[in-house]
Amino acid sequence: MTRLLQSLAAGVGQGSIYALLALAFVIIYKSMRVVNFAVPGMMILGAYMVVYFGNVLGINFWIALLLAILVGAVVAFLIERLAIRPMIGKPVFAIAIITLGIDVLLRVVTSDLIGTNIRNIRDPWGLKTFNLGDVVIQHRRVAMVVAAALVCGLLFLFFRYSRIGLAMRATAFDQEAALTLGISVGTVFALSWVIAGGLSALAGMFVATGSGIDQQSAFVALKALPAVILGGIDSIPGAVVGALTVGIFEGLSNTYQIQYLPFLGQNFAQVVPYVILFIVLLVRPYGLFGTPEIERV
Amino acid sequence: MVATLGWKTGGPGGAGRLLAVENLEVVYDEVVLVLRGVSLTVPEGKIVALLGGNGAGKTTLLRALTGLLDIHDGDITKGSISLNGKRVDNLDAPRLVRQGISQVPEGRRIFAELTVEENLRAGAHSAPTGIADRFDRVYSLFPVLAQRRKGTAGFLSGGEQQMLAIGRALMSDPRYLLLDEPSLGLAPQLVQQIRELIVEINKGGTAVLLVEQNAHMALSISEHGYVMENGRVVMDKPSAELQQDDDVKEFYLGLHKEGELQSFRHVKHYRRRKRWLS
Ligand SMILES: Nc1ncnc2c1ncn2[C@@H]1O[C@H](COP(=O)(O)OP(=O)(O)O)[C@@H](O)[C@H]1O
Ligand SMILES: [Mg+2]
Repeated sequence: MTRLLQSLAAGVGQGSIYALLALAFVIIYKSMRVVNFAVPGMMILGAYMVVYFGNVLGINFWIALLLAILVGAVVAFLIERLAIRPMIGKPVFAIAIITLGIDVLLRVVTSDLIGTNIRNIRDPWGLKTFNLGDVVIQHRRVAMVVAAALVCGLLFLFFRYSRIGLAMRATAFDQEAALTLGISVGTVFALSWVIAGGLSALAGMFVATGSGIDQQSAFVALKALPAVILGGIDSIPGAVVGALTVGIFEGLSNTYQIQYLPFLGQNFAQVVPYVILFIVLLVRPYGLFGTPEIERV
Repeated sequence: MVATLGWKTGGPGGAGRLLAVENLEVVYDEVVLVLRGVSLTVPEGKIVALLGGNGAGKTTLLRALTGLLDIHDGDITKGSISLNGKRVDNLDAPRLVRQGISQVPEGRRIFAELTVEENLRAGAHSAPTGIADRFDRVYSLFPVLAQRRKGTAGFLSGGEQQMLAIGRALMSDPRYLLLDEPSLGLAPQLVQQIRELIVEINKGGTAVLLVEQNAHMALSISEHGYVMENGRVVMDKPSAELQQDDDVKEFYLGLHKEGELQSFRHVKHYRRRKRWLS
């Protein structure tokens, strides 16, 4: 029982990171129907920026995090303006390939900056733990869950009550109708990238907690993709549920698979997200919460 | 002719404030010529009807007036659009809305996933101050929307959705309201209701460009009417005169009186035999 709870806690924590990344995918997809494969690059850049501001420049961790989020947002803004906006109206496939290219670019540049060693950040959590009864829980897992919950809450309020948040929802539903109301669709596009950039950087920081980042860390973000597809690519609650599902199953698999299903081999947890994805899509091709139609007219 | 001229300058005492389209040519995808030199004016505070069959170019004209050609790969290749003498054909959609030109698109296009109130709030996007007054005005024009305020817009009936689409456009407090076939697909008593609402909205000082295939309804409330065919304006007369015109009677008003299906076939046949401009 203790083991189960511990594994769940780790899974929910990891799932929270996926949730931040999944939200970055979904918010961009909803506003402009672009699948942004540059999220891993954006995430690792953010993680490195925390290293850079916090460790290289020696700035206080929280300020370093804020600056990293800012850099992430600005970089995302520039990507949208310079590379994506001119492609609007071109085939979705072409735009997806461009985001893949940008992802490679961001990862190459960041890998270079990271260098060959593991880079740590000076986060306040480290690998410290506390005990809840018999269950040992890492501080950073709690921080991840709290951060993801906070982000979800803020996004909810933003989309529900703010003028531009409502404009984003309207644009997501019907771009032309939004235009007839004087909503600047360009601003909506830009803002969705800015939000996604900030979320990716925040997620990057959490990836770097505990054991730091190296040149391979960007691949963590790829697991947000099955989470997104699982939840339905155009659903924000779906992204969160999908991400937590992936995180939890990954955690359980880490704990139990070698013991109970040894024939699946080592590191099976790595492919768990894709297995869940496969099973769900068999039953619900548009994801758990997605819109059944492929395209709205 | 003289009457037309007087009307175009805004009538006696009018300051000549109007939305004017002159010799407008619009091309889609750089090759498909759809508007072939359209001229039309909507004076401030009046109702103007724009009639024409499917594919005549009415929706394209409204797109040109509201900056929506871009997203359809359309371009203005000749002519101009001006508001009170100032060129506005180079402005984008948000600026045109802020200039007081608002469109209710064909097929309503309400945000079905949002609530009625959120739809209206989105309509006020370009004019966020004084929003409470405009909510009051729209809710008093359309009491049914007030009742369904918190309800999801997608669950409204067709007529209610049309009212929401009009109310949403009114939330930007436009001086010119462009309606693209508001009666489309509505039962006769609902058409009647929409007709009265347009008159009511116009009484508040908003000019209306009413694009319709229901000529009967449109001509009964408008001061002036245009008939488009194949990308051109083929008639341009006071509505009272258009109502008496034999061609209009046969094409549009006849269609309204007889059974819809039968007359539609009849009209198509007739179209092939005779064109207004040939
Ligand atoms: N986006 C587009 N690209 C190419 N042709 C178009 C486009 N939209 C409309 N058309 C064509 O332009 C003509 C006029 O269409 P439209 O303005 O919708 O007419 P109406 O509203 O009077 O029915 C039609 O022949 C239509 O096929
Ligand atoms: Mg039309």
